[in-house]
Amino acid sequence: MNSPLLFTVLLCLILFSYWFGIQRSLKVAGGAEHKKDLTCLPEQFGLLTAMVCGLPALITLLIFNSTEQFVIEQLLTTTLPTSIQSLSSIDLGLYLNNIRSLASSETTQTLLVSINNNSNLALLEQFKAALTLQELNQQALWLKTGLVLVIACVSVIMLVKKFSLTFQARQKSETIIRALLVASSAIAILTTVGIIISVLFESIRFFKSVPVTDFMFGTQWSPQTAMRTDQVAGSGAFGAIPLFAGTMLITFIAMLLAVPVGLMIAIYLSQYASARLRAFAKPMLEVLAGIPTVVYGFFAALTVAPVIRNVGESFGLSVASESALAAGLVMGTMIIPFVSSLSEDAISAVPNALKEASLGMGATKSETVVKVLIPAALPGIVGAILLAVSRAIGETMIVVMAAGMAANLTANPLDSVTTVTVQIVTLLTGDQEFDSPKTLAAFALGLMLFITTLGLNVLALKVVRKYREQYD
Amino acid sequence: MTNSINNLKENSKENTDMGNTTISTTLSTTEKVALSLKKRHQKEKLFKRIGLFAVIFGFMLVVVLIGDITSKALPAFHQHWVKVDVNYKSAWLNIDDSSALNLKKANYRSVLKKSLYQMFPTASGKKLSRKDKRQLSKLFSTNAEFTLKDTLIASPEHFNKQINVWVRLDDDVDSYLKEGFSSGEAGLRLSQQQAQWVAQLNTEQRIESRFNISFFTASDSREPELAGIKGALTGTLLTMFVTLLLSFPLGVAGALYLEEFAPKNRWTDLIEININNLAAVPSIVFGLLGLAVIINLFGLPRSAPLVGGIVLTLMTLPTIIIASRAAIKAVPPSIREAALGLGASKMQVTFSHVLPQAMPGIITGAIIGIAQALGETAPLLMIGMVAFIVDVPTSIVDSATVLPVQIFLWADSPERAFLAKTSAAILVLLSLLLVINVTATMLRSKFEKK
Repeated sequence: MNSPLLFTVLLCLILFSYWFGIQRSLKVAGGAEHKKDLTCLPEQFGLLTAMVCGLPALITLLIFNSTEQFVIEQLLTTTLPTSIQSLSSIDLGLYLNNIRSLASSETTQTLLVSINNNSNLALLEQFKAALTLQELNQQALWLKTGLVLVIACVSVIMLVKKFSLTFQARQKSETIIRALLVASSAIAILTTVGIIISVLFESIRFFKSVPVTDFMFGTQWSPQTAMRTDQVAGSGAFGAIPLFAGTMLITFIAMLLAVPVGLMIAIYLSQYASARLRAFAKPMLEVLAGIPTVVYGFFAALTVAPVIRNVGESFGLSVASESALAAGLVMGTMIIPFVSSLSEDAISAVPNALKEASLGMGATKSETVVKVLIPAALPGIVGAILLAVSRAIGETMIVVMAAGMAANLTANPLDSVTTVTVQIVTLLTGDQEFDSPKTLAAFALGLMLFITTLGLNVLALKVVRKYREQYD
Repeated sequence: MTNSINNLKENSKENTDMGNTTISTTLSTTEKVALSLKKRHQKEKLFKRIGLFAVIFGFMLVVVLIGDITSKALPAFHQHWVKVDVNYKSAWLNIDDSSALNLKKANYRSVLKKSLYQMFPTASGKKLSRKDKRQLSKLFSTNAEFTLKDTLIASPEHFNKQINVWVRLDDDVDSYLKEGFSSGEAGLRLSQQQAQWVAQLNTEQRIESRFNISFFTASDSREPELAGIKGALTGTLLTMFVTLLLSFPLGVAGALYLEEFAPKNRWTDLIEININNLAAVPSIVFGLLGLAVIINLFGLPRSAPLVGGIVLTLMTLPTIIIASRAAIKAVPPSIREAALGLGASKMQVTFSHVLPQAMPGIITGAIIGIAQALGETAPLLMIGMVAFIVDVPTSIVDSATVLPVQIFLWADSPERAFLAKTSAAILVLLSLLLVINVTATMLRSKFEKK
């Protein structure tokens, strides 16, 4: 039985055990007319039975599925001839891949035929190994099916035996549900741990081949050249400074557009606009916020960049076709609603008394905004800007589509620059072996990205919290 | 008020009238204020105008963005077809009779080519040169021979007869016509000779523009005139299915625990900080997690909607949890207390009273999360959903791509016709998002009325 079928059977079993639990509890009570004698409702007995049937079996299935491949591979490796077992891990992986594709593409019949008809020793070994793999897979499947079904049935039987008039079915099922709730909320922690582990471990492996200082302070980035063997691998090629500089340049351009516009929109909508304009403008800005970044990327690469290029050339400037300016401006557009909604929250959180006092003293609205509201809301606005910067740094699609690939160390917005996220995508898309410094470099960049954005977020939250303490 | 200001103004006028150099020292504060009023009001006006300008600028960006993409997308929804006089000669087909088996293996390419050579005798009556032949067949879609095949198989009585068959033009010709070239001048990627042929076809009224249905029914292709979004759309649906199936129950369960059960301790604080931080982690980092842990460690298949769904679940979970918590928090405590007072257990209160009350808010939050996941591209690039996939995926472990990634792939293609295709795919994506958001709003208002 394959996994989807097994899963379906298990679901049926769970439904059945719900019904079974109800029936058994009624039997314990001595018929439906005596069900009041039970401490809990029959449905609660049913629920408990269903959970006891399903949970252990599902967990087994999950564990089995995630470890299956590894165990089978180990078993297969022990059956291979020693000459192959002693291969390096990369070659062995390739060999196992061959066998795997053989085993999945050929039927047992054709494998047997080819074993009988083949005289090439190396190929023969492969066919035999593929056959072993198929057998192992078959055995694993049977084992899995049997194990899951037996666990499901046995746990139900064990539970049902314990049923009595005073059996606390509800309390027991509530304990289980509570555990499930705790587990769901802990997924957030697991995700963070997963991110840290995946990014950190690969980065450590990367830093074994390229020193941290070279990575952090090197000014030369060309991961392609380091792929060639016998070169001074990565001694100067993995310097991430141009990437950091490019990211900063594009982020700076984006902020230059997003912060003033976003802030002015927030001020106008919260202080001047009529209710009708607000009702119209807010959803309009939400549209801007809801557009997928790949759409912005397309817009930047195919509309904004050519326009900037043409305008620049009419002034006699040389503009790269993938200029930082185009990517930055479009990224700024994307961030405008983000800045405006967060700053509007911050502005409207300022106690009304401050505003009214200022107006009462005869200040104009703009003076009130500039001299009272903004200073009072400043921590919130700064928090908003920090969050916006963190978004701009982590933004991927716009820069992948509109910024360049070449790592230029420049501050000229008309030049082409590359960013951290662009390089992560470039290094990891397509088929690469997982162990080369080139792919591992992507994880080191990911680590930098994670640390930077995390730091900015923590900082932003701290700034905002401090502000709250002042007025609440 | 205005009166007093006027008085002040008059006063200050009088002061100035006195015309001595000590004005500034003799002016009282109120008089100074009155003097500066005009300037201040101008500043106020300017400030207000800047604000209005910023809002209008925001509108303009929306209009320009949507307008630009829509105008670029329109050409993709129709496509030029051409009527070809096809002669299903048995010699050209290289078969003897029209039995079903023969029709399947017949040589339709030669039928197409020879029919075309007949349609375009050169002016001097000479045979077409080899270069001309190549150029001529380039005018038609690579799919044309299959159209001929399907036509003949559908009605075998045309065997050995000459009939008219409509086939697709190549994307270069299609773009050429859409750009408004018609009088036979060389343009775009068409040579003078090719352009003349096209002009000839046009004057013979053999070219027709039709609604491009295959954009919705075909999968990705290297040939722009054949490429469609069905595969990507199916991939998106499968991925969203996985995402919804995982993120909704997990998000609601997590939010319920944090709001209703969690004691105030370090563990809960840790979870909360984590959720808030995860909401702001760049999406590409989730892609790295998916690549390193889900694919390389757990060995799930690359490019599969299952993996995409898991990654997007992890990414949207914080959004859903935060929205659900807000909805749960908004349930009035009186409801909980009434239920508790009647002897319900904490769990019963939560699942039978709090959860139904909070459902509209939770559903809205989940839909926002799904809308976010629907437009996400970067993490899916990391887990290999960026491959060129022609088949429509049928299960969550098949190789697949999703609509945003398809947009990314097409945007990278050099062919001119893909520009319109990309814009059209964007329009489809945006309409999907619109439908989802409108549904969310409607659901919310419907529940709120109850």
